[in-house]
Amino acid sequence: MLQEWVILLVSLCYLGTLFAIAYYADWKSDRGESVISNPYIYTLSIAVYCTAWTFYGSVGRAAETGVGFLPIYLGPTLMAALWWFLLRKIIRIAKVYRITSIADFLASRYGKSSLIGGLVTIIAVVGIMPYISLQLKAVSTSYYVMVHYPDFEMIQEHRVSSLWNDNAFSVAMIMAAFSILFGTRHIDATERHEGMVAAIAFESVIKLLAFSAAGIFITFTMFDGPVDLFDWASRYQETAKLMKLDVMPGGYTNWFTLTFLSMMAIMFLPRQFQVLVVENVNEEHVRKAAWLFPLYLLAINIFVLPIAFAGMLLFPEGHVAPDIFVLALPLTEGQNILALFIYIGGLSAATGMVIVATIALSTMVCNDLVMPILLRVLSIQQVDLSRVLLFIRRCSIVFVLLLGYLYYRFIGESYTLVTMGLVSFAAAAQFGPAILFGVFWKDASRRAAISGLSAGFLVWLYTLLLPSFARSGWIPISFLQHGPFGIELLKPYQLLGLNMFDPITHSVFWSMLVNIGLLVGISLLDRQSTMDRIQASLFVDVYRHSGDTHLWKGKAMITELKNLLARFIGPRQTDRAFATYASTHKIDFTKDMQADAELVEFAERLLSGAIGAASARVMVSSIVEGEEISPEGIMKIIDETSQVLEYSHQLEEKSLELEAATKELQEANKRLKELDRLKDEFVSTVSHELRTPLTSVRAFSEILHDNEDMGQEERHKYLDIMVKETERLTRLINEVLDLAKIESGRADWFMENIDLTEAIREAVALTSQLFREKAITIVELLPTFPINVFADRDRIMQVVINLLSNAAKFSPSEEGTVTVRVYFKKREIRVEVADNGPGIHPEEQKKIFEKFKQITDLRNGKPKGTGLGLTICRRIIEYHNGSIWAESKPGKGSKFVFSLPE
Amino acid sequence: MAKYVLIVDDEPNIVLSLEFLMKKEGYEVQSVSNGEEAMQAIDEKAPDLILLDVMMPRKDGYEVCQELRANPSWKEIKIIMLTAKGRDVEREKGLALGANDYITKPFATQELVEKVKSLLG
Repeated sequence: MLQEWVILLVSLCYLGTLFAIAYYADWKSDRGESVISNPYIYTLSIAVYCTAWTFYGSVGRAAETGVGFLPIYLGPTLMAALWWFLLRKIIRIAKVYRITSIADFLASRYGKSSLIGGLVTIIAVVGIMPYISLQLKAVSTSYYVMVHYPDFEMIQEHRVSSLWNDNAFSVAMIMAAFSILFGTRHIDATERHEGMVAAIAFESVIKLLAFSAAGIFITFTMFDGPVDLFDWASRYQETAKLMKLDVMPGGYTNWFTLTFLSMMAIMFLPRQFQVLVVENVNEEHVRKAAWLFPLYLLAINIFVLPIAFAGMLLFPEGHVAPDIFVLALPLTEGQNILALFIYIGGLSAATGMVIVATIALSTMVCNDLVMPILLRVLSIQQVDLSRVLLFIRRCSIVFVLLLGYLYYRFIGESYTLVTMGLVSFAAAAQFGPAILFGVFWKDASRRAAISGLSAGFLVWLYTLLLPSFARSGWIPISFLQHGPFGIELLKPYQLLGLNMFDPITHSVFWSMLVNIGLLVGISLLDRQSTMDRIQASLFVDVYRHSGDTHLWKGKAMITELKNLLARFIGPRQTDRAFATYASTHKIDFTKDMQADAELVEFAERLLSGAIGAASARVMVSSIVEGEEISPEGIMKIIDETSQVLEYSHQLEEKSLELEAATKELQEANKRLKELDRLKDEFVSTVSHELRTPLTSVRAFSEILHDNEDMGQEERHKYLDIMVKETERLTRLINEVLDLAKIESGRADWFMENIDLTEAIREAVALTSQLFREKAITIVELLPTFPINVFADRDRIMQVVINLLSNAAKFSPSEEGTVTVRVYFKKREIRVEVADNGPGIHPEEQKKIFEKFKQITDLRNGKPKGTGLGLTICRRIIEYHNGSIWAESKPGKGSKFVFSLPE
Repeated sequence: MAKYVLIVDDEPNIVLSLEFLMKKEGYEVQSVSNGEEAMQAIDEKAPDLILLDVMMPRKDGYEVCQELRANPSWKEIKIIMLTAKGRDVEREKGLALGANDYITKPFATQELVEKVKSLLG
C-alpha cells in the first residue's frame, strides 16, 4: 500500500508539470511562436471531452448496461463528420467577430443582446454544476481508494466527514487555484489561452496512456488476452447478459437520446465550445481533427468492456463499485505503481475538464453577466477596469467550483457518475437549437431565442434538476411520486402523463420540444428589429461579409479610444495592439488624431474580446461622437454590400454565360466553315465532273471540224464518243439537280401504299437489257404475295434500278449472277441485291454512299457512273425512315441491302 | 528525230483526242492512265514533254510533277498540266511545283497544240 504523502506528492508534482507546460507555451506565444498551432494538439485539446466520466464512469456504465456506454462516443463521432460544414462556419464567425464564449456567440447573433448573454451564462453555470461535481466526486473517490484500499469500510465512510475533513473540498479549491493560474493571469484581448490548451493536450495523452495501461494489464496479465476474458465472461449469467443489446434501460429510445445528447454536448458544452471554437488557431485544423478525434475516442474506449467484465468476474460480491474497477483491479494484484499512474490519468481527465470549464464559465460570468450590470449600474468611466475584470473572473472560478462542490456534497451521492454527467449534457443541449438555427437561418429572432432557451431550461430544471434535489431529500420525495401538490399531470418524470420514457429521454423530449417549437414558431411570427437583422445577416452570411463591413460612421479621438481600451485590457496590451494596427495599415498615430471607422471597428472588436460584444458596443458608442450610424443605416450598408455581392455574382454568372455562348458560336462557326468547305469541294467536284465529258466533246468537235479529210470510219467513231459523252453529261446534270432537290427538301414525294414486290419486279424488267448485254444471270427471289409499304413508288424503283445497274456494271460478263430478294428481319422489310463481282473493301463500304466517292474498278481503272447514284439512294431510303448499307468481302461479291420499316 | 510526248490521263476519250492531236503534229506518242504508270514510262524512256492530268487515281499530277522536278536528270522534261479544276489556286500550285504551262479543261485544241509546239520549239 502506498503512503498517503506519496500520493499527494505525486499529484502535486503532476499538477506542477502541467503548469510548467502551460507556462512554457504562454512564454512561447508571447514571442510569437505557437506550440499549439497544429491539428494534432487541436485534436488532443478537443479530447477534454473525455473526463473522469469516461475514465471511471464508462466502466461503471458498461458494468450495468454492456455497450450502453457507447452512445456518448457515437454522438461526437457522428458530429465530427459535420464539422467541416458546421464547425468551420462557427469558427469563422467567432474569429471575425472576436467571440469569446458560447454566451457571447449567442448574444452577438441575436442583436448583441445582453439579456441572451446573461441567460446563456446562467443556464451554463447551473447546467454544468452536476458535471463539475462529478469530477470532484471522481477525484476524491479515487484518492480514497488509493489511500484506503482494500479497506472498503473506510472508502464508504469518507462520505460523512465534515467540510474541513472533506478532501473533495480541498480538490475543489486546488483546482480553483489552478484554473486561476492558467486562465486569468492577465486579460487577453483574444481570450485565447495557449498555455491552457498545451496543458490539456498533454493531459489527453496522459489519460489515454493511463487507461490503456490499465486495460492492457487487466486484459493481458490478469487474463490471457481478450479471447480468454470474453470466454470467461460468457460463462456467467451476470456478465454474459451484458453482451446483449437489450440490457440497455429504455432500449433504443435511450440509445437515440444519448447519441443526440452527446452530439449536442461535443459542440455546445461551454468547455467544448471553448476548445473547438475560441481556442482554435486555424480553421484548416478542423479537417484533420474531424477524423483524428473519433480515432482518439475509439482508442480510449477499447478497453472499457474488458475492464468491466474483469471487475464483475473478480468482484462478484458487489462490494466494489464498478466506477472504481479500473483502479481496484490493479490494486488487488498489488500493482501500486501502475495504480498510481492510473490514478494520475483519472486526475488528468478531471482537472482538464475542470480547468477548461471554469475558465470558459468565468469568461461568460464576467463578460455576459457581471459586466453589463456593472456598466449600467456604476459610474466607472474613469477607473482602470482591467484589474476589476481579472478579479471578477477569479471570483467566478471559485464560485463555479463551489457550486459544483455543493452539488456533489448534497446531491452527488445518490447518483452514479454517468447519470450526473447526462444531466449536464441535457442542459448544454438547450443551446443547440439557438446556435444551429442561428447560423443557418436569418429569420431566427432574438425574442424567439430567449423564449426557446428559457423554456427549454425551465423544463430541464423541472424534470431533471429538481428531481435530483428530491431524491436527495431536499424536497419532499412526494414531489417525485405524486407531482407537486399532488397534481399527477405535473409529475416531473411523467409530465402530462408521458410515461413511456426514462427520465433523461423524457426531459430531453419535452425540453427540446418547447425549445425548438418556440424558437421556430416565434421566429416565424416575429418582426425582427434592425439590429437583430444585421447580426443575423452577418452571422449567416459570414463567408460573404468577413468583417469588412464598417458599421461606424462617426469619428473618435484616437487618444480616447486608447484610454478606453487601456482601462479594460491594460495599457501595455493596448499599445501593442495599436502599434500592430498602425504598422499593418500604414498609419502614423502621432499625426492622425482622429480614428476612422475602421479603427473604431477594430477597437470595438478588441474590446469584445475582453468584455463581450454587447458591452463593447455600449462602451465604444459612448466615446464615438454621436454619429453612430442608425440601425437602419447599418442595415442599408449591409444590404448594399449584399447587393454589390449579389450584383458581382450575377456579373460572374453573365460572363460565364457569355463564355459559353462564345464557345457555342465558335463551334457553330467551325461547323459552318466545315459545311462551306464541303460545299466548295462539292462545287469543285461537280465542276470537274462536268468539265471532263465537255472536254472530250469540245476536243472531238474541233478535231472533226479541222480535219475534213478524215476517214468515214474514224469520223463515226469520234461522233459516237461525242454522243456518249453528251449522254454522260446529261445524266450527271440530272443527278446533281435531283440530289440538290432532295437535300434542300424541295423534292416532291408521292407517298402511298404500294406493293413492294410489284415495284421490284418492274425495276428488274426495266434493267433486264443491261443484264442481257453482258449475259449476266438475274435471279429473282421474291414473295408470291404483295408486300404493302407506304412509300414513293418511283423513288423506291429508282433505288432498286440504281442498285441493279451497279450490280450489272460490276459483275463479270458471261458468268455473272445477280440475285434480288426480299426478306423480313427485326420488324423490317429488307431488299437485297447481291452480285458476284469483285467486292468492296471494308474501308470503302461506308464511303461509297458519300458524294463522288466511287470505288475504282480494279480491272478497268476509271470508275463508271457519276458518283452520285448511291448518295441519292441513301437520301431516298432515309426519307422513308429506312437505312441502306453494303455487305461485302473483296473477291466474294457484294450485297446491297436496304430496309424499310414495316 | 521526232520529239516524244507522254500523255497521262485517266479519261480514255480525252487520251484519244490528245493522241490524235499530237500524232497529227508528228510527235511520237505514248499514253498511260495514272501517275504510277507515268513514272514507269518516264523511267523507261524520258519524254520531251508530258501532258499531265491532275486528278487521277493513285498518284495525282502534282505528285508526278514534284517527283520529276526533284530529280535533276529530268529537269529538261517539259510539263503541261491539264486540269478540269478551273480555279486559280490550282493553276498557281501547278506552276509552283515546276510545271511549264497549265491548261484548263475543256481546252481549245488549237491553243493546246500551239503551247506544245512552242515548248518543244
